[in-house]
Amino acid sequence: MSNEITGAQSLVRALEEAGVDVMFGIPGGAILPAYDPIYDSKIRHILVRHEQGAGHAATGYAQVTGKAGVCIATSGPGATNLVTPLADAHMDSVPVVAITGQVPAPAIGTDAFQEADIRGITMPVTKHNYLITDPADIPRAISEAFYIANSGRPGPVLVDIAKDALQKMTTFSYPKRAELRGYRPQIEPNSESIKDAAALIAQSSKPVFYIGGGVIKANAAKDLLKLAEVVGAPVVTTLMARGAFPDSHPQHLGMPGMHGTVAAVTALQKADLLITLGARFDDRVTGKLSTFAVNAKVIHADIDPAEIGKNRYADVPVIGDLGPTIRALVPAVEAEFKKNKPDLTTWWRQMNSLRTTYPLGYNEPSDGSLSPQYVIERIGQLTGPDAVYVAGVGQHQMWASQFIKYEKPRTWLNSGGLGTMGYAVPAAMGAKVGLPDTPVWAIDGDGCFQMTNQELVTCALNNIPIKVAIINNESLGMVRQWQTLFYQGRYSNTDLNSKRVPDFAKLAEAMGCVGLLCESKGDVDRIIKEANAINDAPVVVDFSVHRDAMVWPMVAAGTSNDDIMIAREMAPDWDSQEL
Amino acid sequence: MAQHTLAVLVENSPGVLARVASLFSRRGYNIDSLAVGPTEDPKVSRMTIVLNLEGHALDQVSAQLFKLVNVIGIQEMKESGSRQRELLFVKVAAKRSEIESLIGGIPAEIVDERDGSCIIQAVASNKDLAELVKKLEKFGIRELVQSGAIAIEFGAKTLAEQTAIETGLATSDTHQQTQDYQN
Repeated sequence: MSNEITGAQSLVRALEEAGVDVMFGIPGGAILPAYDPIYDSKIRHILVRHEQGAGHAATGYAQVTGKAGVCIATSGPGATNLVTPLADAHMDSVPVVAITGQVPAPAIGTDAFQEADIRGITMPVTKHNYLITDPADIPRAISEAFYIANSGRPGPVLVDIAKDALQKMTTFSYPKRAELRGYRPQIEPNSESIKDAAALIAQSSKPVFYIGGGVIKANAAKDLLKLAEVVGAPVVTTLMARGAFPDSHPQHLGMPGMHGTVAAVTALQKADLLITLGARFDDRVTGKLSTFAVNAKVIHADIDPAEIGKNRYADVPVIGDLGPTIRALVPAVEAEFKKNKPDLTTWWRQMNSLRTTYPLGYNEPSDGSLSPQYVIERIGQLTGPDAVYVAGVGQHQMWASQFIKYEKPRTWLNSGGLGTMGYAVPAAMGAKVGLPDTPVWAIDGDGCFQMTNQELVTCALNNIPIKVAIINNESLGMVRQWQTLFYQGRYSNTDLNSKRVPDFAKLAEAMGCVGLLCESKGDVDRIIKEANAINDAPVVVDFSVHRDAMVWPMVAAGTSNDDIMIAREMAPDWDSQEL
Repeated sequence: MAQHTLAVLVENSPGVLARVASLFSRRGYNIDSLAVGPTEDPKVSRMTIVLNLEGHALDQVSAQLFKLVNVIGIQEMKESGSRQRELLFVKVAAKRSEIESLIGGIPAEIVDERDGSCIIQAVASNKDLAELVKKLEKFGIRELVQSGAIAIEFGAKTLAEQTAIETGLATSDTHQQTQDYQN
């Protein structure tokens, strides 16, 4: 029959129908049939150097564009190399569709060459996954995969396709709408719960907006701004929500959590009401849970019903998309405020006192060496709030969340939930592909950079001119900080010697990038400007910084937020505060 | 801790049992028994899961289960409002005449007798089966096999008709759901 095509052609046509414009991947035996029609497709395929890079690139792309990112790999090791980025995207609710080749159906279960049960392996780290052995099922699986990845609480979906299903002939029919009996995300919030939430807000004299990454996922930052100004309460944005509310806004107290500001952490602790929007009471935010916000009632709005009551009881659960939820809350709160508008003056006086007494800050190293916080702060100031900043995991990530000022959603990318070292370079690559006209800075550590820097080759060869700041303290800095504080300075296996080996500037040059080195404060601005001026090649700057700098404030793991330290063995002077 | 029975309707697709098992294992929920079988709809299977947990944890289990794309519906089978039965086979080293009088009171019968050994088949609640086994212990239980419970709600309404379900809304007034830990 003339209208028959191969399963592989069906796959590529389905991806085109799904609106895919770019995918990141590496071919191999089992997926090879798919790479033949990819050769002719209008979809841009970016050949990465490691499948993990493909997965994080898809994640970075999705986080800046809001569209599902796509990665593709072969069976066995190709597929297992996607496991970390899939787990990462799952924890941070990022829409990603992963396509993997599988050994031919008759070989499945025989321990064939390059066979791995990737559907079984990824079950706990994907929102859903498929194993396709019949080519007729390919278009439906792709259509469903994109629908599931993008809708509800977003997440990664893997579609594993047996090689013979790619080779066999089939007819193509793409379902415009996925019909899933067991998957019906609730979009519109229940009107009763909106009323209950508004009533609680109108009774509260110490309310706080506890904002999570869900607000960004729901594209609800503008709605949040409106609601926050109507309520007039302090706002805190979690690590995943930086940019959901402008840092310059007077109601913004900064980030809560283990390395949050004193004002943001204390606001949650002393609040009588948490207006929780798209956050999940992670241990990095709550500290010791039994001592977290003990006097607060909780409004918990989330699209995922399983988040309600998971870690903290919700007095008023609101299930639904945060866009409609927040838009419904605005008039509901205004109506309640006509009857009774609480006076937040005392609450604001307390918060403002904390904010002015304990601003974020850092000490310059006494030996004249470069301060990592200063470098990161200057990158943010010189590049501005329209750029995208992508961090790895560790001290540099926390400093980038603290000292770069975010004004817009989707300008701050990091691996929040899984804490994946090596996330920054490939995620920045994906972000730059999604937003080619926007400057993208990866703020990376010397440890993280050495995990995934091979993707700079991909960037250099594919005209993806990202900028990478290696905050080089020649150690696994955050682990070293814990060793300093909790292991009597016994620095077991955290010294990377990365001021000697490798030579990052030379490594960058070898990978087709511009490599720069910065060792003194006087050179910082000049080198950042030089990097910002380069748009035809990736740039790597090795910022050689002081190795003993620590991230403060800090709530030590397992301790209460009440025990926040602003420096080593230094708690805020609570007696001088009105709280 | 208390025993709860969940009836779960799932799409009859490959891997669905693994998904449910993986979820229970990952989230640290212990299953007392699990029974899977067909329903009136060939595209749908039904799982009956018996769990031992706290009240608020049940909401969390239901909500996490319902997140699985292949899970269509979940309903708790309350003891007062449902019929719940398990199937038991026991091989005992006894003659029919020795045990016949012991198995009264519940639907049980001797289905095989040879070489001084009997097989008893019984269909009853978990509690009644446990009592029967206790009575038979004195003869020496040579082999025991028991199914997971299956359950059905009383009344005309079917589980499939109850498409919209309550999930994730914690009903307990405990303020803290997770124990403190150092991470």
